[in-house]
Amino acid sequence: MVRRPSKRARAGQWVLLAGVLLAGWWLASLAGASLARRHAPFGFGFLADGANFDIPFRLVPWEVGDTYGRALLVCVLNTLLVSAISIVAATLLGLLVGIMRLSSNWLIRNLALWFIEAIRNTPQLVQLFFFYVAVLQTLPSPRNSIPLGGGALLNIRGLYLPTAAAGARGAVLWPLALLALISTPFLWRTTRFSGGRGVPFGPKALLLPVLALVLFAAGIGEISLPQLQGFNIAGGVQVPPELVALSVGLSLYAAAFIAEIVRASILSVHRGQREAALSLGLTPGQVLAKVVLPQALRVMIPPLTSQYMNIIKSSSLGAAIAYPELFQIFAGTVLQQSGRELECMLLLMAVFLSINLSTSVFMNWYNRRVALTTR
Amino acid sequence: MSDAGTAVGGRHYVPPEAGGPALRVWTWLRRNLFNSLANTVLTLAVVVFLAMVVPPVIGWAVTNATISGATKAACGPDGACWTFVRMRLPTFIFGRYPPGEYWRIFTALALMVLLAWPVVSERARHRWVFVALLLVAFPMIAGVLLAGGVFGLRPVDTNAWGGLMLDVIVCFVTVAGSLPLGVLLALGRRSTLPVIRTLSVGFIELWRGVPLLTVLFLSAVIVPLFLPEGVSIDRLLRAMAALILFNAAYMAEVVRGGLQGVPEGQEEAAYTLGLSWWKAEFLIVLPQALRLVVPAIVNTVVDLFKDTTLITIIGLSDLLGAVEQALKDPSWLGLAKEGYMFAAFVFFVCCFAMSSYGRSVEKRLARAH
Repeated sequence: MVRRPSKRARAGQWVLLAGVLLAGWWLASLAGASLARRHAPFGFGFLADGANFDIPFRLVPWEVGDTYGRALLVCVLNTLLVSAISIVAATLLGLLVGIMRLSSNWLIRNLALWFIEAIRNTPQLVQLFFFYVAVLQTLPSPRNSIPLGGGALLNIRGLYLPTAAAGARGAVLWPLALLALISTPFLWRTTRFSGGRGVPFGPKALLLPVLALVLFAAGIGEISLPQLQGFNIAGGVQVPPELVALSVGLSLYAAAFIAEIVRASILSVHRGQREAALSLGLTPGQVLAKVVLPQALRVMIPPLTSQYMNIIKSSSLGAAIAYPELFQIFAGTVLQQSGRELECMLLLMAVFLSINLSTSVFMNWYNRRVALTTR
Repeated sequence: MSDAGTAVGGRHYVPPEAGGPALRVWTWLRRNLFNSLANTVLTLAVVVFLAMVVPPVIGWAVTNATISGATKAACGPDGACWTFVRMRLPTFIFGRYPPGEYWRIFTALALMVLLAWPVVSERARHRWVFVALLLVAFPMIAGVLLAGGVFGLRPVDTNAWGGLMLDVIVCFVTVAGSLPLGVLLALGRRSTLPVIRTLSVGFIELWRGVPLLTVLFLSAVIVPLFLPEGVSIDRLLRAMAALILFNAAYMAEVVRGGLQGVPEGQEEAAYTLGLSWWKAEFLIVLPQALRLVVPAIVNTVVDLFKDTTLITIIGLSDLLGAVEQALKDPSWLGLAKEGYMFAAFVFFVCCFAMSSYGRSVEKRLARAH
């Protein structure tokens, strides 16, 4: 604090507060008057009422006539699904493009640069419409599906992926595989004793995911491949084109920004670090993976957090291409069917605020864990 | 060319050599594309990839494309149909603004360029005067000019405003409104007065936590509810007010970054000279802080300009909205690629120009420090 605020300033802030409260009260009374005209008292009781619409894509069962409250659950899960897919994809792609941007190879460097410039300088909504209307909706019919390798098919009705069902052994082996996956980061940090010193397992812990994959494969009872039957595709799982377009749109857009974050953080690592590592005889790949990236990660996390929150917020653009996420259903169908404009919008804002707040709390916790402790 | 490169960091260092242009090209290629086995493989892979992708794209967009004619029938089957864009160009740029009144748009644009030039040029004097004119006086003049209804100008309803013009207007008004508000919020967030600080933090975090689309919907659906019976506010004005509040939160964070970059000694010195808080902030701290964050402000403006396309979703017909409408025209069906490509191209040109300006300011600032 440079200077204590004057008495007048300290008194003034309470006047401002009074003004804000007064304005709030005035707005509330205006809203009250209009709600009175609506003949429906303000409240969230309508969430228990039956909803008369279908949600074409959902992760949990949904039937016409289920409550609005259940619709909220279905939509939150849809929003979280597309956000999670996009966050993972954008991080991986952003990391790749950011590293490409610093390549000594002129062609690779400029390819990355033009990818970033093209994506960052065009509106996300235009990109989304382009992917959805101009690309996915002009794909061939199921009869002429485009095979993507690995049994996946792409056509105008969406992306069809093969699925695996658990066999008799799967009931035991799949949980074990999951356990192996979850314990990988812990084993990475665990120290073992070798030559009288504690040495972390480090990359050797990566054997666990391999083991998980083997366990998973061993537990498979039958594989269901998507195949053409009559005029449609049977088997496998269908990813609707809306979800494909939204995930691709969100990930590409965020990836361009993440790439710039990655580049800036790698450049922020002091040159001496790289030179010292090289002079110790590490290969360029090792220098990147063991010296530069771990230090760059610390700088990366705060801006990365805000990109992740941007992805979650931008998932509401799904409303423009009819992906049944929170915004599309609650600011659209539910709002119109129930006539509860104020309640729906408040609900939407509250849900987005709490998802974003949780993300921010988690990322801040992670940031504190990896931050350098300076004394 | 000898192979006497010395290994530096696992890569071969090729020493600079004098020589003819052919040799210089060869040296450049060796250094930038083929300086290691891995890079040679990567280069070849990228070349193959580009050879597969670029010719079909060029063929579609240029070689086989059509731009002449007046109907879809003029277009070939395997090329882009730019005829569509050409025929619809006035709608894409000006919306449904009456063609006889286009001169008003051009006059406003000319005035904007005239006022903006001293603001962005490197050796400008009285820069702040022009910033104030651009942000305060210009929106009023342009508003009167475009809306009409006074001075014998034919009134043009805002429903007729559209296309790229609407994106520019919305973006401009939002910047002019959110910049001052953002400065106040940033100062409020750093204030030592607890009530002011809490209110500012609450305001900023509330808007930053929700999607822009909810804010636009609030303006479109909820604001009319709050209005007393018989009162209505223009839909465009409501959307712009929402955008100003939303964007002010982002501006505030940008300005806060600048305020943190000004050494505390500046403020202390100002107080020592007997300046009040207002004078210290507005005459000493803010001018330095804002100069530091010009590149970041430009980035925010670029983001905002791209986000103006979202007003399409609440039924205002900006460039993207005009394209969407044109695509539904039965006589021009199936031209989505052309329409969206054109919209993307226009935005790319505008945003690329703005971000290049931001980068040049950043370089200038880096040199000055």
